[in-house]
Amino acid sequence: MEEMRSPFRIRRASVDEVAWEECALAIAQNHGQLVTLWGSQVSRKKFSATAVYSLRGEGLLWLDLPLEEISFPDISGLFPSAVRMQRALHDLTGIVARESADNRPWLNHGFWPNDYFPLRKDISGLEVHGQATPQNYPFVEVSGEGVHEIAVGPVHAGIIEPGHFRFSVVGEKTLRLEERLGYAHKGVDKAFERMGAVNGYRLAGRISGDSTLAYSWAYCMALESAWNWNVPERALWIRALMLERERIANHLGDVGAIANDAGFAFGLTQFMRLKEKWLRTNKELFGHRFMMDCALPGGVKEDISLAAIAMIREQIREFRSEVARLRDIYEDHSGLQDRFMRTGIVDHELAMRLGLTGLAGRASGVAHDVRVDSKSFPYTQLNVNVAFHEDGDVAARVSVRFDEISDSLSLLEQILEKLPAGEIHSPWRKTQPAGAGAGWVEGWRGGVFVALSVGKGGNVERCHVHDPSWQNWPVLEYAVIGDIVPDFPLINKSFNLTYSGHDR
Amino acid sequence: MMWEVLKQIAKTGIATEAPPAAMEVEAIHIHDEILRILGRALTIREVDAGSCNGCELELNALGNLYYNLEGLGIKFVASPRHADMLLITGPISRNMSTALALTYEATPSPKLVVAVGDCAINGGIFGESYATIGGASKVLTVDYEIPGCPPEPIVILQGILTAVRYKLENHTK
Repeated sequence: MEEMRSPFRIRRASVDEVAWEECALAIAQNHGQLVTLWGSQVSRKKFSATAVYSLRGEGLLWLDLPLEEISFPDISGLFPSAVRMQRALHDLTGIVARESADNRPWLNHGFWPNDYFPLRKDISGLEVHGQATPQNYPFVEVSGEGVHEIAVGPVHAGIIEPGHFRFSVVGEKTLRLEERLGYAHKGVDKAFERMGAVNGYRLAGRISGDSTLAYSWAYCMALESAWNWNVPERALWIRALMLERERIANHLGDVGAIANDAGFAFGLTQFMRLKEKWLRTNKELFGHRFMMDCALPGGVKEDISLAAIAMIREQIREFRSEVARLRDIYEDHSGLQDRFMRTGIVDHELAMRLGLTGLAGRASGVAHDVRVDSKSFPYTQLNVNVAFHEDGDVAARVSVRFDEISDSLSLLEQILEKLPAGEIHSPWRKTQPAGAGAGWVEGWRGGVFVALSVGKGGNVERCHVHDPSWQNWPVLEYAVIGDIVPDFPLINKSFNLTYSGHDR
Repeated sequence: MMWEVLKQIAKTGIATEAPPAAMEVEAIHIHDEILRILGRALTIREVDAGSCNGCELELNALGNLYYNLEGLGIKFVASPRHADMLLITGPISRNMSTALALTYEATPSPKLVVAVGDCAINGGIFGESYATIGGASKVLTVDYEIPGCPPEPIVILQGILTAVRYKLENHTK
């Protein structure tokens, strides 16, 4: 077992199949969480599977399993969220999870051959496969008197990302929902291998646009760890400032949009107004409304001036009172609360069993937050409150967002208070050694994880990026059971998971 | 409660901004043009063909009260069958190619197609690969391109208006 060089605690070990299964069992029994799972071709004849687990406040465990055949023991019996990760792993590498209950393709929709595995080393990823015939995807069918299906997507009615939902309903009641994702698959893992490690942060920042800061920071953290690249403290503080601004921007948009899906357009109008103001300030401060490319390897792109600090302080005061006033209106609105409460419930037991994570997890009483769990700088210097709620319904997910807006406004104040003087970027001077690193950042949805392996020439050998939506999409299928179909947009919005970040 | 809502609305006032000076005359002109040719508002169907969702954030922002989109006679609609224009984002993932083609087929004439963002123009950072086609113009006739990563709402608005003008000029000829 080796301690990896990292701002947070992560240990790495190579295991055999027996230990792979025993570890998974022990971790599951002790309520550890599966963070992510991926496969790699290490050399011409060598393949490996890798799982990363979170050990309840004791950091992360990175387990490599070198493969004899190109298969490994299924872990989805212990960690249900592994099912889709294993299916994607197969589509990308050809490595099979043995005895898994579900082996349907996930990212491969039939536009490239079944035996084309983009992450193989003899594949460039640039191959084009002409006219393909999309395969028929066998959805699970529900039968019974009066049961019928509703198919939705991949093109949705609003300005939303692409995905397909298959509802089995009786009357208005949802009996079963099955998601089919992968429409936004862009071959990101392979695209990393075509660019130098230093440039990868730009691609990382475009895996899920709404979480560009979380991804680019996690990527930078992985690269900086791999190369033992010291980042000036001031830069890390500014990254935290930008990350909290990203969280607030998304939460503002969501609390407005969720209310809109419950028929309260006033909420959308008011919160979109606040979000627009917030984004315009981002542009003023950092030159980009979403702060894309503003965190880069070695530091950050833009410093903040004393005048900017005064402006942010003023804005914090303004937003605190605006949001509090609107929150009161939400909470006093009986019609709105009637739609929110007891809708789309994921109780604590189900959340634990399915591995619900991040913001949605906290709304079901799973009090995990990377900002606290990772014990990494600069969050160790800040007083981070982990907002959580027990009810697990739409109301709880709205409430956690409101709490987090308020908490993040406080964090911004603390950051401005403690921001040290100094450089904002340290250039890379040494020759580039080969190495591996990990990045782990609490994006606004939950923990974003990046695993990076860099070759001697500074090329990316393998980069795996993970969005918490991998854990949470399958739970949405449970959250809607028994609710009426017209509540689906509301429940879906209350999770607001990423398609692109999942499909990558 | 209702009193609080009304108070908030009154307090907020009108946040809508005038269209950028250079566009104002043009906007009114375009509005009249749209009415003259189509006899109704310009309707738009957005298709995300594998975007990172950055462009969607800005398209949604375009709907906020600062930009007064519907006041200009422009409306996003739920079905391509009701749309005059398709706004396409993303590097055109192969997995979205069928859905995109079907959406285009379902759109009635004049079928204006606008590529929004660098990805929809040339694949952007994702380029062309086993998974992405690398730009809307490789599968459809694109009438107008709006660059940016992502383009800001005001840039998208200007782009939409310019696209309509180009198409309508050709239409009248």
